[in-house]
Amino acid sequence: MNLRIQEPRAPKAPDAAAPAGGLVPVAVPSPPPASAIRTFLRERGNSRVADATFRWLMLLCALSIFAIVALIANELVVNSKLTLAKFGMKFFVGSAWDPVNENFGALPFIYGTLVSSIVSLVLAVPLAVGVAVFLTEMCPQALRGILSFLTELLAAIPSVVYGLWAIFVLVPLLRVYVDPVLIKLLGWTGLFMQPDFGIGMFAAGVILAIMILPIISSLTREVMTAVPHTQREAVLALGATRWEMIRMGVLRNARIGIVGSIILGLGRALGETMAVAMVIGSSPTISRSLLAPAATMASVIANEFAEASDDTYRSALIEIGLALFLVTIVVNILARLLVWAVTRGAPARAA
Amino acid sequence: MRKTLILTAALVVSAACTAGAQKINGAGASFPYPIYSKWFSEYSQQHPGVEINYQSIGSGGGINQVTKGTVDFGASDMPMTDGMLAQSKIKLVHIPTVLGAVVPVYNLPGLGNDLKFAPDVLADIYLGKISNWSDPRIAKDNPGAKLPNQEIFVVHRSDGSGTTFIFTDYLSKVSQDWKNSVGSNSAVAWPKGIGGKQNEGVAGLVRQMPGAIGYVELIYALQNKIPYGYVRNQSGTWLKASIEGVTDAAAGLKTMPADFRVSITNAPGKDAYPISSFTYLLIPTKAQDATKGKVIKDFLNWMLNQGEGQVATLDYAPLPQSVAEKVKATVDKLQ
Repeated sequence: MNLRIQEPRAPKAPDAAAPAGGLVPVAVPSPPPASAIRTFLRERGNSRVADATFRWLMLLCALSIFAIVALIANELVVNSKLTLAKFGMKFFVGSAWDPVNENFGALPFIYGTLVSSIVSLVLAVPLAVGVAVFLTEMCPQALRGILSFLTELLAAIPSVVYGLWAIFVLVPLLRVYVDPVLIKLLGWTGLFMQPDFGIGMFAAGVILAIMILPIISSLTREVMTAVPHTQREAVLALGATRWEMIRMGVLRNARIGIVGSIILGLGRALGETMAVAMVIGSSPTISRSLLAPAATMASVIANEFAEASDDTYRSALIEIGLALFLVTIVVNILARLLVWAVTRGAPARAA
Repeated sequence: MRKTLILTAALVVSAACTAGAQKINGAGASFPYPIYSKWFSEYSQQHPGVEINYQSIGSGGGINQVTKGTVDFGASDMPMTDGMLAQSKIKLVHIPTVLGAVVPVYNLPGLGNDLKFAPDVLADIYLGKISNWSDPRIAKDNPGAKLPNQEIFVVHRSDGSGTTFIFTDYLSKVSQDWKNSVGSNSAVAWPKGIGGKQNEGVAGLVRQMPGAIGYVELIYALQNKIPYGYVRNQSGTWLKASIEGVTDAAAGLKTMPADFRVSITNAPGKDAYPISSFTYLLIPTKAQDATKGKVIKDFLNWMLNQGEGQVATLDYAPLPQSVAEKVKATVDKLQ
């Protein structure tokens, strides 16, 4: 390849030297050597067929996404016909879950999915952004490699391992040390009330927070690294302290990417199944206290589908899947709107 | 040259077909999976050329797949209802294989492992009517035990399971209240308590929380050496679950229906442990493929003659002699 670049070539086509022709003095007889790219383009022949094929192939790849989503939606609707017909819209607002009397409603599960995800975001976002700020702005070089390796390691642990760890380590810790303090300090809000079993909505939120932490922090770190150094230098040059530089020069510029990473984390929290199923206590009730047992859409499907033997019961569980599908779509639309609101032409300001 | 190639290819294919194992596929309950996989692998060793695959996907999945004909046989911890049998495209028979039992486990430090639970007390604890360990109704059956003044922390299975079916079926029989307000199924609308995933989850929660009560499969309790309490049976005997007691419960049954779809919870009989149940294989009465039918039939006979003798090594309760003989008659009628 290299050899060919060095090789001076006589122009094959009359127009080959044309673009350079204007600049090259007429007196010089040999044209400049053709670049590797130009040589390739000149020699490869007609690319119309290849271009068209490539275009259709790529279109097919893109359309396959539509096909997959449509197939999933179709499967969910077809297999939940029984309960769709029996309960109609009431299914999504009903709060009964009684397989014996075949009375089903999805509301406690929708509530559980949303609340456990919110709890996990409240815990994980500040921590993740903090980790990212430290890693990009103030971490000594030696520590940086180890820390980012460990964060990525967290992302690779299977969720069933998180679940087991939560049952045997996290839950007893929460019950003995954390929950009593929360009840004492925040009991007045009604969010942390006795009785406390250790497992419940809060435990699920904590384990979810640990699971989405690596996603949010590593993406946030990437985004913050991408902020140009000139931004930092400019803010510092104006007399900002380090914290002001991070706030105005880095976080402000990276905010879109940070919101995006939070949305990816939220996506995982909404759909996470095993770890949640193991610690949430699986009780389809809506209670104000976060220490009470609850259930999410994914956890009830994982828990009950295998042994659900009659058709209505099975159909109800599949309709829960449909509800999860719809909730994910709605949450994603809201998230898009949020990103749009954040990005809408906001000039740099000391926010 | 080409001809010989094709010829060899055809030969290889046909050889692969004849030498290939006769494959039988089954799916269903996870509770009997350990003993089924032992049986299937031993049977295959003794009968070269036969391969039985079993997927433990849960009773619901087993029933679903065998009624649609996607597997050659199914397995379930609970008998199919009349409605399910009527809907099924394939005519099925229930073949009881082994017995399972459920035991109450609890965590009361310093009280030992000999606490006694009357049937109505157990139901009322799970209904939330008895909510403190110092309740006089618990004390009445446990004279001398220093029961603490402590809230009862009720634990149940969060996943659908045959264990829950046996337990709720039993509570439905001993408590009218339970039958009316909750009923029995692989998962129910629990009036009280917190859910643990699988036997490990329930046992884990009970071990962690002083004052907890839960229920687990007898095999799980035996293999993990989890202490469990006594239950009073229909004849008034206090029993700690054992493999013999479970078999006795099935033997005590006076009238075994021809299709074996029967609940043996709360069975009569002096030594019958009351919270126990059959687990079943679901076999098509007429196999779609005659050779497969022959293999299944042969396997079932092998199971009754040799397989039942091995179940105790894995802590399962074998079928009592009287039931095994009846099963034999049913197997003989299979086509």
